[in-house]
Amino acid sequence: MEIIENKKKYDVVIVGSGAGGGMATKILTDNGLTVALMEAGPFFDPANPDQQLHLKWPYESPRRGRGSTRAFGDFHASYGDWKVEGEPYETKGDTKFNWWRSRMLGGRTNHWGRISLRFGPNDFKRKSVDGLGDNWPIGYEDVKPYYDKVDKLIGVTGTKENIYNEPDGFFLPPAKPRLHEMYYKKGAEKAGVKVIPSRLSILTKRISNERGVCYYCGQCGRSCGSYADFSASSCLVFPAQRNAQGKLDLYVNSMVREVSVDKKGKPNGVVYINKDDNKEYKINAKVVVLAASACESARILLNSKSPYHENGLGNSSNMVGKYLHDSTGTNNMAFIPDLMNRKTYNEDGMGNMHLYSPWWLDNKNLDFPRGYHIEIWGGLGTPSYGTGFNFNSLNSFFGLEVGGYGDRVREEVKKYYGSTMGFSTRGESIPNIDNYCEIDPEKKDKYGIPVLRFNYNWSDYERKQAKHMNETIKEVVHNIGGHMLWENGGRDNGLLTPGEVIHEVGTTRMGNNPKTSVVNKYEQLHDAKNVFIVDGGPFVSQADKNPTWTIMALSWRTSEYIIDELKKQNI
Amino acid sequence: MNRRDSIKTIVISSLASGLLLEGCLSKEKKIIYENVWKYKYGRTPEELKRDLELLNQVFFSSEELNKIRVLANLIVPPNKDGNIDDAEVPEFIEFIAKDAPSFQDIFRDGLKWVDIISNKEFEKNFIDCNESEQKSILDSVAFPKGKKNKEEAFFSTFKDLVITGYFTSEVGINDLGYKGNQPNFWDGVPDEIMRDHGFSYEKDWNYKFVDPLKRNDIAKWDDDGNLIS
Repeated sequence: MEIIENKKKYDVVIVGSGAGGGMATKILTDNGLTVALMEAGPFFDPANPDQQLHLKWPYESPRRGRGSTRAFGDFHASYGDWKVEGEPYETKGDTKFNWWRSRMLGGRTNHWGRISLRFGPNDFKRKSVDGLGDNWPIGYEDVKPYYDKVDKLIGVTGTKENIYNEPDGFFLPPAKPRLHEMYYKKGAEKAGVKVIPSRLSILTKRISNERGVCYYCGQCGRSCGSYADFSASSCLVFPAQRNAQGKLDLYVNSMVREVSVDKKGKPNGVVYINKDDNKEYKINAKVVVLAASACESARILLNSKSPYHENGLGNSSNMVGKYLHDSTGTNNMAFIPDLMNRKTYNEDGMGNMHLYSPWWLDNKNLDFPRGYHIEIWGGLGTPSYGTGFNFNSLNSFFGLEVGGYGDRVREEVKKYYGSTMGFSTRGESIPNIDNYCEIDPEKKDKYGIPVLRFNYNWSDYERKQAKHMNETIKEVVHNIGGHMLWENGGRDNGLLTPGEVIHEVGTTRMGNNPKTSVVNKYEQLHDAKNVFIVDGGPFVSQADKNPTWTIMALSWRTSEYIIDELKKQNI
Repeated sequence: MNRRDSIKTIVISSLASGLLLEGCLSKEKKIIYENVWKYKYGRTPEELKRDLELLNQVFFSSEELNKIRVLANLIVPPNKDGNIDDAEVPEFIEFIAKDAPSFQDIFRDGLKWVDIISNKEFEKNFIDCNESEQKSILDSVAFPKGKKNKEEAFFSTFKDLVITGYFTSEVGINDLGYKGNQPNFWDGVPDEIMRDHGFSYEKDWNYKFVDPLKRNDIAKWDDDGNLIS
């Protein structure tokens, strides 16, 4: 097929407009570089009334928000979920893997939980702690200045706690806990579990005149129209567009297939399919920055085959796609009788929990090597599709009749409204070379691009951790007189399917040794010094934290390195 | 052409072709058009087109819809706080049956069954039975023990949708007492409720929470990360 070449030559082409790509766009254009930003999905602005999802009522959807076209319901700000029409993926053997894609400007940062945690000193050196996996080639002290800058630019709530592996930052004030969260605190502390205010990238206090302040509708997952939560579109790409004075070109609906190389094998841009006309185009650039998400960036590299890079670009080590790992997770839910028959008030609050539990134990004394944190949910939430299903099933805890209809429906729905709590435990898995994505030998997506095939299995490290998660939650619930609504069992103790926590990282891992890693400590390909990866791919290990804050800190650091190297004419 | 106009164009052109295929009348065209624009949230053009196609189809007959209305009123009886029609529950169930086709056979068969059983027991159709006759039929399937039979499964699924349809409507949300989905300032659980549950922010937490009077002052920190504005 003929490739239509854009004559313009950019300093940098960035693939993906989420956390990593958005940050690189902002830093590189602020420093005067010309940038082409490629996004596979459409333009998205949560403040655009036609795209607005927040402050809507369930009856503004004909299906009352049911998740018929979006996994988490109509009002959830993600175009695409674990399935994207025309963009399949495969799994090998008995592997189960679910791969989330958000095809829109800002990517997954539009819908994410805004939980913004720094990795601690131990998180970069896990091998030194427990002998498993590998250390990062950098440490907390290398990343700390960038975490500080991200805190100040983006904004994050929190409190000074002086916990060694949960470093403090520059925090905005926390919001008071909700009622069920007070119960959680009571039960957790009795079980010896630490509880602290949440660290969320939500503006409880103004940080600039370009963004609003949280008005507590609890709907960050719908992406905030006053830009009071962090989404890469509203907080990075739009400010970059305003400041760039023509130096930034945004290409939406542009699906990048591969990194192109010149006659000597040096990368010189990207080839993409324009979804509007289905034709192939080429963007020329001195530097290529991949930020398409850990698996999509690995896919682009593996599909970038040429006589110089027969194995795919950056893959002389055969490490691209290897060490894929997601956070571990189990979900539990409980009924708390003390929360029955509630007086109602507006309890929406911020768009996630107001307090949480960071990892509080030492794995030296446990039968599993890595930790986890606890997120909680509940309260007097917005009714949504599913509200009132099995409306009086909780009667079974009192030996009362379950079922029926009529006047009792209103009475019993109200009796139990706000009386259940959920617990999402999210932990660190051990990166494993046998968990990987690769190019499927046959299948292609609707754009003709070869698709990924996943190989992934949990090990006993994760299964034992999941058992501990479930036991902890049971103890917390017991301490506040609650009842578990289900028991996580089976071989995996309720571990979520890999990919379901949507924290997949590690596919282009960082290291000093080009034989065992894909990028160096500046996220620069060992095999091509003008190609960088700024998504979760370079993570050596995931920590029991959420990856976004670290993706952005590293992207900022890499962007400064790119600026410096271009000045020195090294790339 | 702005974005709204361009989406409207998509709708109108696919509406036209849809109507041509369905052979609908122009009166219905107007109704469908109003239905599409009654629902407004950030749908993608593909989702809008899908909604349009579903709203453009009819699944339940008017007899079935009548039966749905009678059943729904038995499940959530009308009172001063709201009723099934104000909550647009029948419309919601019609839409869901098209949106999630796995419901179709369950509902269609279940709606047939209520007449079969009412004719057997009372020699008339379900909607012609009096309320106590209707309830005697529903009581036979409303309290399943163990694995549900087909009729119990129908009533349980139908009941779930009626109740969720009611409590996700404007009247149902008010009836429930949900107070949110509006800009406000969260200053914690009301004092008397905290007291009722034996909690106190002052006693239980040593944190400086958000100050409503200073939240619009731009954040500044000292070098140690202490907020100073």
